[in-house]
This record gives sequence, structure tokens and C-alpha cells, in this order.
Amino acid sequence: MPAKTYVQTTINGEHVDFLCEPRQSLLECLRDEIGLTGTKEGCNDGNCGACTVNIDGRIVTSCLVLGVEAEGADIETIEGVADGSNLHPLQLAFLENAALQCGICTPGFIISSKALLEQNPNPSEHEIRFWLANNLCRCTGYDKIVRAVQDAAKRLQEA
Amino acid sequence: MKWIDFEKPKTVEDAVKLLSDSGGNARPMAGGTDLIVQLRVGDPRVNADVVVDIKSIPELNELSYSSSKGLTIGAAVECYKIYGDANVNSHFSALNDSATLIGGTQIQGRASFGGNLCNAAPSGDSIPNMIAHGAVATIAGPSGTREVPVEDICTGPRQTLIGDDELLVSINFPSNGSGFGANYIRFIPRNEMDIAVAGVGASVTIEDGKFTSAKVSLASVAPTPLLVKEAGESLVGETVSEEAIQNAANLAKAAAKPISDMRGTADYRKHLCDVLTRRALNTAVERAQGAS
Repeated sequence: MPAKTYVQTTINGEHVDFLCEPRQSLLECLRDEIGLTGTKEGCNDGNCGACTVNIDGRIVTSCLVLGVEAEGADIETIEGVADGSNLHPLQLAFLENAALQCGICTPGFIISSKALLEQNPNPSEHEIRFWLANNLCRCTGYDKIVRAVQDAAKRLQEA
Repeated sequence: MKWIDFEKPKTVEDAVKLLSDSGGNARPMAGGTDLIVQLRVGDPRVNADVVVDIKSIPELNELSYSSSKGLTIGAAVECYKIYGDANVNSHFSALNDSATLIGGTQIQGRASFGGNLCNAAPSGDSIPNMIAHGAVATIAGPSGTREVPVEDICTGPRQTLIGDDELLVSINFPSNGSGFGANYIRFIPRNEMDIAVAGVGASVTIEDGKFTSAKVSLASVAPTPLLVKEAGESLVGETVSEEAIQNAANLAKAAAKPISDMRGTADYRKHLCDVLTRRALNTAVERAQGAS
């Protein structure tokens, strides 16, 4: 078996290094090598968005990134969204608007929505739906998710 | 996924050497949104042992414009950089018709026009748009570089004339004069995140109410994206009119050679070529008249 590659990254503000095979996706590295299992595997081909993470300020599906590509990258995962035991306004809005049922898609939706609100603090419903088109939810029918993002936008602007 | 080796060259020369030394078993990777999936499912058309990440090569990240040289988009430039670029928005805004509808936000953070072209899907959403803009690809190989019009690159589904030892470096879009307008539209059964049932790229240049140049290109209705020369040529010299545009749409419909599959029947796709060509040309005309 050929040697593994040593990768150094920053994940949720902390230096993290890991060993991986070049064929391993960043998603597999996060879950299996680093133990950050908040990022979920859905389709494993880039359609469902459950594995969305933020790399260097852009959201991507981590199943379509090789772990070795993360060298030097600054990565945000769902584990970095809350401030200790204080939930992020998006997380509170998702809970209070019942924007989830099974919850598998939720980490991806939160990471995607957070990136949207950081660049567009007051998005229209149309903008929210198109931004989140790469995140699939089989439970809610999306309306509650859209309302949660609108609610979070309001909370963040009032904060 | 089967074992792969990973290489990340920093120069075009090193990348070409890696590709030519591997005897056809290496594949360049930009965003990987197609390649990683193909490797994972063991697609027999992509039998790569070595993945060559080309995102550290400066030429493949170039995104530059000058009125003399036109717009150059490096083969690895992600869609979000294209629609976020001031020069694209000022001079080539119709390219955003494709850049904003390939995949969703996450895919647009990785996927590139260069990768879309090399993947050579009949439905590639950037390809008819590039063809309509008269784009030319720069390809590097062991014996130097060559330039090939984008409409000649795809030779079949997932097949291109880019050799195993060659690398797509960049795509150049010649400068457009005043009176230029373009558009890409596709038909899909939902609003986003789908594969085109049919797609049409169109460009026109209008002077004094007459077409002085025009191009029409189709997606998803043949083994490769098609340039329908006769549709564009039929407009040149004509006064801008519904009849002239309908005539070009008829020629585009006649040139389409679609198959029937789960996305639509051949008849339906031919009908779409008529409707979409008309709409794309009308939008291109509106943009041309708005810009002049």
C-alpha cells in the first residue's frame, strides 16, 4: 500500500493535520480520519449538499473535494458554527421554525445559509431558494427552511 | 474509489510532462465535480491512475481582459470567479447565463468552463455559449501549444481532440464591438440543478438595424454541442425581424440530431431547438440593442 499524504489545514479556527490516501474525499477525511461527523454523507456525487463545508470562504460539497486538496485550506464545518454552548442565530432559527425533521440535511443547509447571509444579509425568498438549490431536503418541503433563513437574517440584523 | 496517485504541478511544462510520462493513465483535474464522481463509480471512460491537480498553475487561473486581446479564462477558473469578474460583467455578461446555472452554488465554487469543455458532455452548459462567442482554446502538449476553436474540441460524448498528453490551458474570447449581444438558455423541467433537455447559445452583432454577424449553437441534441453555421449565416445582412429569426430557428431545428431518452423524445427536443433558438436570438438582439 503506497504511503499516505500528510495534510495540514485549519478547521473551525484550529490547526488540524491528518494523514489520508489521495483517493479519500475531504468528506471521508473529516468523518473517518479527523472524527468530525457533523458533516453528513448523502448522495456522494455532489447533488444533495449534505456534506457542504466552507473552504476559504466558498461553500463546496466536500464529497467532491479530495482530502489532499485541503492542504493549507481554511475550512469551516458545522462543528464551528455555534459559539460553545451558544447556538448561532441560524441554528436557533432552524430549531424554532421547525426547519428540520430527520436532520441529515441540516448541517449542509446551515453552512450554505451562513455563507449566503455573510455576503447578502437580507436575501429575498428567490435568492434564498436559488442559493440553496444544491441542498436537498426530503422531509420539510423547503418552506420552513426558507422561513428559518429569513428569520435568521432578521435576527442577525437586529443583533 | 480505486487507488489514485495525486500530483500538483506548478507549471504547464511540468503538467504536460506528468501527462505524457503516464502513458495515457493520467487525467487533469480542475474542480473535479465530474472527474471525482467518474473515478468513484469506476466509469470505464475515465481509467486514470494519476490525478493531476492543475489549480496551482498560474496560466490556468488567468482571468484577464484587454480590448486588443479580448477575454482570457484559464481552464481552472471557477464559475463563481467568472460571474464575479468586473470585465466579464462589462464586456461578456452573457457568459454568466452559463456560469450561474451550472450546478448550484457549491458546484459553482469548484466547476470551471475548462472542465466543462474537457468533460465533453453533449449537455455541457458552457460549451454552446463559448461557441456562440467565437471562443478559441489554447492547448499545450509536448511539442508546444496549439489553438483550436471551441466548436472543434468535442468529437463525441465525453470525447475530445485533446490528447492524453495535452492540457487545456485557457479559453480566449475575442473582443466584441458595439452592437454585440449574446445569450444561452436551456430547457429543464425544474428551475435549477438539472441537465438540459436542450440548450441554445446565440450571439449577434447589429449595425444600423441589420445583422452583421450571428452564431447559433445547440446543446443536448447531438453527440456533441453543435455550431449550426447555416443558422447564423442566414441572418447576416438581414434586417432584424421576426421572420429572419424564425428562419434561423428553423435551420437550427433542422440541424439537431437528438436521441430520445428519459429527458425527452427526439421530436420534443427538435421542437425545443426551434423555440429556444428564437428566444435566445431575441434576447441576444435585445442585449445588442441595449448595449449599442
